[in-house]
Amino acid sequence: MNYTALSLSQTPPLSVPLRFFLTAPLFLAAAALLLLINADALTVGRWSPTMLALTHLVTLGFLGMVMVGAIQQLLPVLIGVPLTYPRLTSTLLHLLMAAGILLLVTGMALTSLFLLQLGSALLLPALLGFILLVWYTLWRSPSTHATVGAMALALFALLVLGGIALWVMLQGGWHLPLAHPLTRLHIGWGGLGWIGALLIGVSYQVVPMFQITPEYPLRVRRWLTLLLAGVLLLWSASALFIPSVTWLAEFALAGLVLLFAVQTLWLQQQRKRRLADVTFDFWRLAMGSLILAVVTWLLGQWFNWPQLGLVTGVLFLLGFATSAINGMLYKIVPFLVWLHLNNRVQSSGGWQGSIPNMKQIIPVVATRRQYQLHSAALLLLLLAVGVEIVPVVRIAAGLWLISALYLGWNLLQGMRCYQHYLRQVGQG
Amino acid sequence: MSYSNPMANDHHHCDELFAAAEQVVEGGEWLRASESHRRFIEAMRHHLEAEEQLLFPAFEAASGMTQGPTSVMRHEHEQMRGLFAQMDQAVAAQSGDDYLGASETLLILMQQHNAKEEQILYPMLDQMLAPQADELLPQLAERIDSAGV
Repeated sequence: MNYTALSLSQTPPLSVPLRFFLTAPLFLAAAALLLLINADALTVGRWSPTMLALTHLVTLGFLGMVMVGAIQQLLPVLIGVPLTYPRLTSTLLHLLMAAGILLLVTGMALTSLFLLQLGSALLLPALLGFILLVWYTLWRSPSTHATVGAMALALFALLVLGGIALWVMLQGGWHLPLAHPLTRLHIGWGGLGWIGALLIGVSYQVVPMFQITPEYPLRVRRWLTLLLAGVLLLWSASALFIPSVTWLAEFALAGLVLLFAVQTLWLQQQRKRRLADVTFDFWRLAMGSLILAVVTWLLGQWFNWPQLGLVTGVLFLLGFATSAINGMLYKIVPFLVWLHLNNRVQSSGGWQGSIPNMKQIIPVVATRRQYQLHSAALLLLLLAVGVEIVPVVRIAAGLWLISALYLGWNLLQGMRCYQHYLRQVGQG
Repeated sequence: MSYSNPMANDHHHCDELFAAAEQVVEGGEWLRASESHRRFIEAMRHHLEAEEQLLFPAFEAASGMTQGPTSVMRHEHEQMRGLFAQMDQAVAAQSGDDYLGASETLLILMQQHNAKEEQILYPMLDQMLAPQADELLPQLAERIDSAGV
């Protein structure tokens, strides 16, 4: 064990995670806006430039931004090892990612070769550097908690999915081959490896924390992400070499996902803390959506209704991943604002009693309203995909846009509260 | 023989008292709320003091580190005490909103603190303070509330 690397404080400067958290909702809003403008995109199926851009605005722009920001916050705090040059790393990473994603996604929507290449040139080195940095940090960690393994797997998946994307583009001469055979692998590693494993690893920590539930069973913590990694590898190998048995691995993956969702709901059912809590509601919506996503995926194996794929996508990305992350942000952001205010005031010998509490930093009423908007948008989007009527898509996209902007506004209130308080006590 | 087990159990014991206090406060029965809050604070006080007066000094002596992890843990204990005071005031003023706002903040502070202790610090104690276990563990049991539970 390396004791000297350990200090257990090392909470990075507030700007390190916050710049990612505050930018992310803008990408989510951009996705909603894109759908509002091209409302017929949902009705023409998955494989269009608009859908490609929309999906990546959600996965890279919203989910990716928050996840990269959150990892920089979590590593030093929960894993016990500080990042080197946190401010410089986060500034560079944020700039490269934000610009890279914007260019890449615009390139997708307009099928512009130049923008695709430019976006990739910014994004790929940034993510590769990030992966290596985090692996190095995890390797130095004294913690043996299952979250460490889950994070390492998530980053491996990010490497694989980025590698596949690059390979497909290079092979196709940067002309987007939308329904390339390798696209399935890209989606699988992205959805289950990168997003799935990271959210599983974070759940091990935050589900027992936020609602005071029992821990995930040791067996689950020890085996779930290992199995996920193993089956993803088998699945990829079979897809490339023996396609006739791919279905077996796919059913195993669905089973693992289902196990995680049901286990989480079961733990939350035994929660000691039973107060109304918006993060909890977001998480129940997330786990319910994940279970439904497995169901619609299963149905898609038997029924040849092309919209089922889209329904599964909406359930997984918007219902599961976006909801879970949206809910967590309402705990992480106000807490970090409080923590940094407290540290500032304490180190200057001031009185801590006047520091606003978490429920004052981001008002609960506002978070509750945003939750209702998000749920309504999700429901309506699912309906819209099903009925394929353009005006319904428009209304759903409009609600989604308002919800995303509201999320951004609420998070911004947290930061403004921070600045306002520091000015008030003469430290701003 | 470990420090991790009794200390982690005591975290869970405090968590239960915490959840119970919040529940009663939300119900607005202030007589019961005040009693429930007092029980929680009492258990926390014993837990924090057992660490500050017994386990941390032993760790600091064994490792030679006084500015390391224990100083950060002590700092977070002070932040918790600041929130205890806000919750005390909220009970006195019978303000549910103030209490539940402070308790929400305390929950996250306390949980991430506990996670660091259980995942990193206590395993270190188990290793470094193994030779003194016969002497320290009975003293620990006397100080924390959940020892007999």
